[in-house]
Order: sequence, then C-alpha cells, then structure tokens
Amino acid sequence: MPHIICFAKQVPDPETPASQFKVDEGAKKVIPAPGMQPVPSQFDTIGVEAALRIKDKMPDAIITVISVGPDSFRDTIKHCLAMGADEGVHINDPALAGADHWATAEVLAAAVKKLGDFDVIIAGRQSVDWDMGVVGSTVAGILDVPVITIAKQIDFDGSKVTVERVLLDGFETVEAPTPCVVTVSNELGEPRYPQLRQIMLAAKKEVKPWTLADLGIAAPQNRTNLEALFVPDTSVATEVIEGDTAQEKAAALAGRLRDAKLI
Amino acid sequence: MANGVLIFGETTEDGALAGITAELSGAATRLGGPVTCALLGAGVEGAAAQAGQYGAAKVIVVDDPVLQGYQGDAYLPVAERIAREVDPAIILFGQTMMGRDLAPRLAQRLGTAVAMDCVALELQGDKLLAERPAFGGAARARYTINAMPQMATVRVKALEPAAASGSAEVVKQDANVSPDQIRAKVVNRTKEQAEGIRLEDAKVVVSGGRGLGGPEGFQPLEELAKVLGGAVGASRAVCDLGWYPVAAQVGLTGKVVTPDLYIAVGISGASQHMAGISSVKNIASINKDSDASIFKASRWAVVHDWKEFIPAFIEEVKKVKAS
Repeated sequence: MPHIICFAKQVPDPETPASQFKVDEGAKKVIPAPGMQPVPSQFDTIGVEAALRIKDKMPDAIITVISVGPDSFRDTIKHCLAMGADEGVHINDPALAGADHWATAEVLAAAVKKLGDFDVIIAGRQSVDWDMGVVGSTVAGILDVPVITIAKQIDFDGSKVTVERVLLDGFETVEAPTPCVVTVSNELGEPRYPQLRQIMLAAKKEVKPWTLADLGIAAPQNRTNLEALFVPDTSVATEVIEGDTAQEKAAALAGRLRDAKLI
Repeated sequence: MANGVLIFGETTEDGALAGITAELSGAATRLGGPVTCALLGAGVEGAAAQAGQYGAAKVIVVDDPVLQGYQGDAYLPVAERIAREVDPAIILFGQTMMGRDLAPRLAQRLGTAVAMDCVALELQGDKLLAERPAFGGAARARYTINAMPQMATVRVKALEPAAASGSAEVVKQDANVSPDQIRAKVVNRTKEQAEGIRLEDAKVVVSGGRGLGGPEGFQPLEELAKVLGGAVGASRAVCDLGWYPVAAQVGLTGKVVTPDLYIAVGISGASQHMAGISSVKNIASINKDSDASIFKASRWAVVHDWKEFIPAFIEEVKKVKAS
C-alpha cells in the first residue's frame, strides 16, 4: 500500500509579538516568550495536509510523521496524527541536542531507511524558526531520489508524482517517478484543523520512540557552527507626517518621497 | 588547494544579465576573490561578456538547450562539475528561484553546508562568516561552515553590487547532461500573473492589510501601485480572508520582498508580516491607529484613515510624476 512520510518539527510560535521575542546571546538560543506555547512549523503541517489530500483519494495510503527533537516535539507529532496521519516516529536522543540542518537530515534519512519502502516524502519548504530551507533536498540527496521543491499541489498515481511547483510568475508542472521527495509551500493552502473525534482517535495511534541506537547510527557531525544569535536593531527614526487634512498629509508624504528620490 | 570565490550568475528570461550577478560579484570581490562566474542557461552566451565586467577573472558559460529555464536535475550535474573543477574556497548563489533549489542540493553533493538567504558576508581569517535572518527576521544568526567549499546564498538587493569595469576571460563549456539524469521533468510552465510588475522585482510595493476593511479596499491600492510603477502585496490576514490572492502574500509564510519603497496600508505589523520586509529600508505606513507597531519600523508614519488618504495621495504622486 502507498506509504507517505512527512517530516515535522516544532517551533516557537511565530505569532509571538516582536516586543516579546528575546534571545540568550550567550547560549545562542531563543528565550521562550511567557505564555506562548511552541507550535508545529506551519510548512510542515501544510505538508501533512498535502499527504492527507493524497490519502483522501487513496484511502489505503499510510502516512507516517517523523520528528527529530526533544520531549515536547511529541505534541507536534500528536497534532499531525490528529490531522489524520496514521503513525508517528519520534527520534529523541540527548546526543542530538544542537544538531544542525545537515545532522538532522542524516538522522531523518536513517529513519526513512529503517522504515523501509516509501513512495513520497513530504517536507515543508523551510522551517519557520531557522528558515534555512535545506533539509528536504538534503535528505533526497542522501537517499539518491528525485526532489521537487516549493510545491503548491501534489498528485500521486501510484508510480509517479505530478507536482505544481511555484514560480515567480506562475507555476511549472513537474513529474517524477517515486520514491521521491517533495517540499511544499504556503500556496498549497491551509492545513486542516484537527476535529475532536480525530484528536480522540490520535490518542490511540502509535508514536515510535526511537533513539540513535535504534537507528544504528552515531550522532552525525554538524557542518555549521552557529557563531552568534542576536536581535538586530531595526529601530528607525520615524517621522510622523503632520497635517490637518488628508490632502496636506498626502502632499507632505509625496514631497518626502520625492526628496528621497523614491518616486 | 581550494582558492577563490565561485559565483553562479543569472540571466533574465530574455537572456539579459540579472542584477544579482553584479551583487554576487561585489560580495565575492570584497571576500578577496579571485572571482569565477558561472553562467548556466540557454541563450545566455551573449550575457557572458557582460557578466565579466564586474570584477570576475573568468566567466564559465554553459549555453545549452537542456538548460532552458531552471531545472534542478539538469543544472545540478553541471554546477557540481564546475565546482569541482574550480575548487573554490567559497561558492555564492543568489537567494533566487535557482539558488533556493540548487544551492542546498549542490552542498549535499559536495559534502558541505550552505547558509541560505544571507544579508552580510565577511571573512574571519580564512573562514566565511555568513549572517542571515532567522525567526522570520526577528533574529540574526551568524554561521561558519566546517567543510569546504563554504557556501552561501545571498538575498537579492541586500549587498552592494560591483560597478561595471574591466572584462574577464570567457570560457565555454558543454552541458553534457544526459536525458536519464533528469528524473524530475518539467512538463509544462504556466504563467499565472497578468501583466504588471512582479512583487519580487518591484521597486515600489503597496501592501494592504486587514485595516482595509474588505476586498474592495485593494482597488485604490492597485491604482496607487500603477501610478508608482509598483506591485501590490497583502498581509497573511487578508489572504486568509480571501480578500486578495495568496500569490501576493508578503511575510514569513509568503514572499520576502526588497523594494526601495514599501507602502503599508492598514497593516498592523505582526512579526509574521515584518519577516517579509525585514530588508526594506524605506517603509511608509498609513494606519489610523497611532499605536500600530508597524510605525516603529517605518521611516514615515501617516496616522489617518486610508480611505481619505489614499485618493489624495494618488493625486499628489501624479503631480510629482508630472513635474
């Protein structure tokens, strides 16, 4: 039966107000904002949505969600299961603390190999925390399978995928034989929200707790060093455009833009 | 011994040299060079001499019908071959449709890593220090890369372009891509956007948010954009509400834009939205709420109801344009 694998990670809530976004420059980590819970990375839930749309047409398809991260990442897997995915794999190993994108890709590829046959791997085009956008295609490279990035639609006929890939001025239709990797973009559409019944069902779905020992690999080496993390000074000198009427303010702004050679 | 900087230049659809090429050349020269510029595509040979005007010592041009339009599986083997031949210390791409897809795949092939979407590059000893926005632009992260070559993609218009002067040796190479290497095949390309300027290329972007009150609010914004020769963007909130096409969405889960001027109308300035304009230096905001957080990031703040202001502003812009 068709097997679709989705990658999902957990991120600090991107709706955190800018004023509450703080980093620990020494530890090079984000300090969680008070009262803000981490959430599934949105491009990843869009990936699960893409997988579910395939399953809607192919009810015997099995969707496995793999997540690499600490204990709290289980909530993200559970969210994906409540959306309708079938089973989860949680790779949770202290040796992976601080793993970079390339180390994470190695771990994901090892997990895919352990799971056995698959048809399509669906990943977000990037995470919404580090925004790097490399993991999906790196896993494809490691597994030596085709990859199509930045998809807004994925159709699967059992032996090949037909993908609409977002371009600046439209889209292109790309075909690839399976197994393959596809990364998805927001143009695919909103991910479905778990309904109460599905949340109850998800409680019974299996989440495999795997460690590096289960995968039979040592912690992969990082290829990058994070040298610094800081909040940039984005404050600008703001001029409030004065005027008694819309007309006056409009003339004043147009004048400023003309003087700055912007219009 | 690895040396120098290899950049992947780009051309526009009609074969002219794209602006990112001069920006990459400028960055590569500041990193110490010597610069080799690779130019891949179909009908790009004519742009090769121009690509060499920005400080490159050598331009490697691969002009082949198989490279018509970016297609990852065709470009990857050519890029890998050039990278191995040149054996540079640093490889730079633009954060473009090509760079976003090709750079991570090339990094994987070469056993190295790539810092994506960088806004500043410098050398620390012989290490590339690559600075990039993270957390939707709320933070900046600086990376070094533990493997060779050290790779980065550079945000469009973020770095100073090199001035045109001089010329480079131009070397032609064949693509030598066999059909069986192309596993993911482009079977069709569909243009979706009507005429007008692309959001990513626009020098002026006029964006609307929930403060517009409804989809009809975009009509005057479209008129303003037309008068300014710009494009229209939208916040996630209004795209979610179906007021404007999702293709115009600016922000963390939409597009990153880099116009010279960004006019935000009825946009509050959620971090989600600011992520899409974090490199924009000139923001003018119109909002009737004087506490709107977007004002903090704006060079000009207009506290006024957009319904009154925008029609008046269109007339004033027309006057400036006519003078």
